[in-house]
Amino acid sequence: MLATGVIVFREVIEAALIISIVMAASQGVRGRTAWISAGLVAGLIASCVVAFFADRLAMAVSGIGQDLFNAIVLLTAVFLLGWHNVWMQQHGRELASEMRQLGQSVLAGSRPLYALATVVGLAVLREGTEVILFLYGVLSSGEETPALLTGGVLGLSLGVAMGVAMYFGLLRIPHRRLFAVTSGLILFLAAGLAAQAAACLVQADLISPLGRALWDTSAWLPEESLAGRLLHVLVGYVAQPDGVQLLFYFITLTIIFVMMRICQLKPPALVEKP
Amino acid sequence: MKRRIELILFLSLTGHFLASNAAENPPDYELSLQDHRFTPSELVIPADAKVKVTIRNEDATPEEFESRSLKREKIIPGKSQAVISIGPLKPGTYEFSGEFHESTARGRIIVK
Repeated sequence: MLATGVIVFREVIEAALIISIVMAASQGVRGRTAWISAGLVAGLIASCVVAFFADRLAMAVSGIGQDLFNAIVLLTAVFLLGWHNVWMQQHGRELASEMRQLGQSVLAGSRPLYALATVVGLAVLREGTEVILFLYGVLSSGEETPALLTGGVLGLSLGVAMGVAMYFGLLRIPHRRLFAVTSGLILFLAAGLAAQAAACLVQADLISPLGRALWDTSAWLPEESLAGRLLHVLVGYVAQPDGVQLLFYFITLTIIFVMMRICQLKPPALVEKP
Repeated sequence: MKRRIELILFLSLTGHFLASNAAENPPDYELSLQDHRFTPSELVIPADAKVKVTIRNEDATPEEFESRSLKREKIIPGKSQAVISIGPLKPGTYEFSGEFHESTARGRIIVK
């Protein structure tokens, strides 16, 4: 039971943290709960579909189908997160004045919520497939089902609880600074996901690792420890990073950061009122 | 006599060809999973070489081959197999496990 709980918790936590950051980032936007819930449900459905076709995916593209699929899912999330941040920089000023004028309840639905909803769906898809395959294996092996299900529910609840805690922690940040903080979190989240995508491409033998395990901090902070897991999701902590992972990490960080600066420096467009 | 020389020449040439061919293609290794256990549970591979490891999952349920130190993570559906390429690696011991059955599915790769 405990082992089941631990595995489910481990998988759930990444999606839970991503959802909490996305929820905090879209604080006060009308319709965001519906959008994010839709992303969550779509992610769950997609997980079931991918789990069902897991053997075909594993065989696809001469055995690297799974790695390729993971890399595409990750890089799509990176792109959407980066785009969200750039959009926020561009429209942050308008949003701020809008908030002053009209109160935050009317933060227009013009914000790209579909980008955040898709990120949620992709995060759920990545971890959900593994959880479903794992639980399917456990159930079909006919071991003590109730105990294992209890473990699964326990792991799920614990993972969700971590996400909820993170969300309410973020909400304690004053409103003026909340978007700056969530933008920062999303920036590092995106870079970490890009580094994960690099690892998938190395595993598929599509790119060179450019130096294997440049350093090893697994003795100080093992990646499978709770702190290691959290840092892995939040800032992309990897105990034994390959060169190409660092490259992907810093390129992503730089591109999104520079794009955010460029959009921020642009003088606010004069809005002509009709 | 002439025949014999020809034969030796032929054999040595084919031998040479086969040897060089083997050097070009990465050597292959096999692991199998049965009752959520790896056999063999220990593989010895050469250092600084790229090798392919075929993992056959004989169980009916899926397994996830996972190793942090090897940086590999691959789902192997039940009754099927997957190939992972590893290396070139520095000498040392690299632990791996089947994430879905961590208590029994464990093994290591020793690089010499």
